[in-house]
Amino acid sequence: MKELLSGNAAIARGAFEAGITVAAGYPGTPSTEILETFAKYPDIYAQWSPNEKVALEVGAGASIAGARVLVTMKHVGVNVAADPLFTLAYTGVNGGLILISADDPGMHSSQNEQDNRFYALMNKIPCLEPSDSQEAKDMVSQGLEISEQFDTPVMLRLTTRVSHSQSFVEIKEPSPKNIRPYAKDPLKYVMVPAYGRLRRIFLEERTAQLKAYSENCPLNFIEWGDRSVGIITSGISYHYIKEALPNASVLKLGFTHPLPENLIKEFAAGVERLVVVEELEPFLELQIKALGLTVQGKDLLPSYGELSASIIARGLAPLGIAVTEEYLAQPEVIAASETPLPGRPPVMCAGCPHRGVFYTLQKNKLVVSGDIGCYTLGSMSPLNAMDTCICMGASIGAALGMEKANPDMARRTVAVIGDSTFLHSGVTGLIDVVYNGGTSTVLILDNRTTAMTGHQENPATGSTLMGKPAPEVDLEALVRAIGVKRVRTVDPLNLKELDRAVKEETAAIEPSVIVVRRPCALLKKAITSEPAEVNKEACINCGICLKLGCPAISRQEDKSHVTAIQCNGCGLCLQVCPKGALVKRGEENA
Amino acid sequence: MRKSLNILLVGVGGQGTILATRVLAKAAQEAGYDIKVSEIKGMAQRGGSVVTQVRLGEKVYSPLIAEGSADVILAFEKMEALRWLPYLKQDGHIIINDQAIAPVPVLTGAAVYPEDCLERVKQLASHTMVVDALNIAVDCGNPKAANVVLMGMLAKRLPITKEIWLKALKARVPERFIDVNLKAFEQGFNL
Repeated sequence: MKELLSGNAAIARGAFEAGITVAAGYPGTPSTEILETFAKYPDIYAQWSPNEKVALEVGAGASIAGARVLVTMKHVGVNVAADPLFTLAYTGVNGGLILISADDPGMHSSQNEQDNRFYALMNKIPCLEPSDSQEAKDMVSQGLEISEQFDTPVMLRLTTRVSHSQSFVEIKEPSPKNIRPYAKDPLKYVMVPAYGRLRRIFLEERTAQLKAYSENCPLNFIEWGDRSVGIITSGISYHYIKEALPNASVLKLGFTHPLPENLIKEFAAGVERLVVVEELEPFLELQIKALGLTVQGKDLLPSYGELSASIIARGLAPLGIAVTEEYLAQPEVIAASETPLPGRPPVMCAGCPHRGVFYTLQKNKLVVSGDIGCYTLGSMSPLNAMDTCICMGASIGAALGMEKANPDMARRTVAVIGDSTFLHSGVTGLIDVVYNGGTSTVLILDNRTTAMTGHQENPATGSTLMGKPAPEVDLEALVRAIGVKRVRTVDPLNLKELDRAVKEETAAIEPSVIVVRRPCALLKKAITSEPAEVNKEACINCGICLKLGCPAISRQEDKSHVTAIQCNGCGLCLQVCPKGALVKRGEENA
Repeated sequence: MRKSLNILLVGVGGQGTILATRVLAKAAQEAGYDIKVSEIKGMAQRGGSVVTQVRLGEKVYSPLIAEGSADVILAFEKMEALRWLPYLKQDGHIIINDQAIAPVPVLTGAAVYPEDCLERVKQLASHTMVVDALNIAVDCGNPKAANVVLMGMLAKRLPITKEIWLKALKARVPERFIDVNLKAFEQGFNL
């Protein structure tokens, strides 16, 4: 039976069919749906971990205990998980372990564009790159076999277009779930220096074996065509090549680390010129150059952003090779517009209870050390309430650093971080603040979910990925235990109280935490009430309500206007209006 | 060999482009096409643009539609129609929902919504259809069925039988909304 599946759904299906019984991860676009989908299959266990490092450690333990394991994360998550990964490469596995790295060329939803294939090179572990959903599914079972045969974790590297494109997948029955027996083996699993040195040698032996395997691996294959040019490619680029240069000879690499050196040399010998077509970094190109072969690649194609059939056709056409006319011609692009159109940037939702936090921070002219998640949207106009955003959890450490560099900044700097991000890696930053005598104010914006990636549970929400009730982390008690004495909880829909809390805590010469708590407006448990409306006679068109950046409020005919269908009645605009012109519907005369 | 078809669906988060894409994909599957669908929806819930690309054919490789190669653009919002117009084939069809959704830069007065976007599309594209899908959907009983009105219009212009479309619709729409959606589909199909 064939089903149209996204790459992510295909990975989940592949994991189920291949007998994976334990899966862990941390949400992150474009990887999130893998675990959400896998969690719905029967007779498996899947969990969200507080961060990617813990997820991979859970995976390592499950593998050592004998299960087949899936660990999922986005590309930057692998940075967090890099510590266990580098040593897991030494210990190897018992049950097969697949690490999904979902990279994001084009940075659709990410803060950087790192090419994680280099992690495979640096860790000396195999890297598999699927180009569509069928390959994504197949590579899970193939990857597990490689993992178990060669005693290594295997990185399965996706990109946004593979994760979020749908194509047909052949559905099969799941194979039986076998848990391998556990045997104590300190020489393999206890990485003290003496044992680590032994495994270090094993690493080299394993790499040599994997190289030999790569030569005959069916994931690497040649499609001979026109021999005037030979294209070496991997991942989604393969499909762009099939459209842009349908007649070219192609070496399609699905197993991209370690590379099949002899196969590459054989291919090179069979073509007049060699071109590598790969998204992002010249990962294949550099290694092929190191083989002493003459090859082109990044001199013709960009090393940033996504590729496409058109980009490839235009990049390779100057070589004088046959490319599909349709892609080559600057198409008769219908010139849509002389003047650029207004953008449609993502914004904090209408009724987002935490919008008022950024309004308040901006009003108080504070330096805002920001973090990853929905709250990064507080950086957008008209709120403009963010000064830095680096990575998960960075807000708190960065705020401390600002204070240490410039003591004047201490009284006018806050860190802003969400609940899930705080538990992911903000806690350690706060410990640093307390330990090293910082006086920063940290606002934990607790919307009771992991919102930006589409509402995943986390350790503070009271539920697990598989829908079981769980203890909720008590954020106030946690920060008190760290040593923060000034801890208060504020409802962000009360702007006066929020303003007072921010003023008092930034003034305090000691660390402080404000837990700002309200569920995400998109959650079922969010409270809504009658929408706001404008009393046109009272409105003086001062535009203060517009500074909230609420998508439900606009200016129409020199008056503010509320779009009732969008408004969920949060009441923030009622609080900022100096003339009382904004009222709850039906309460004009109250 | 069947001609391949490129269909671009563009709109704003919350307009139902994803459901429409799923109905289209299901219909194409039932009709025996190879299919690739690409969705970029990371910011969909937060008022961002939503674009899905659907490619049908005997054998489809790339999930992406190149500029100047969409056979049909189904635009759920007027300005998005203009924004994505460069993807339309010279003789392609563009179906536009006559609805304006102002983005935040417009709401705050930092930018101006191009009131003439329909006129500009009509000048540049050879086959433009404009429809008030929202009002038709309201008449059918639910404003949320505007996406299915547009699906009906698309269906009429693709080489897939109506029976298959109806089957796909029933397979992809929740049962309690099926009546209003069938009505909306008929309305769009007969436009």
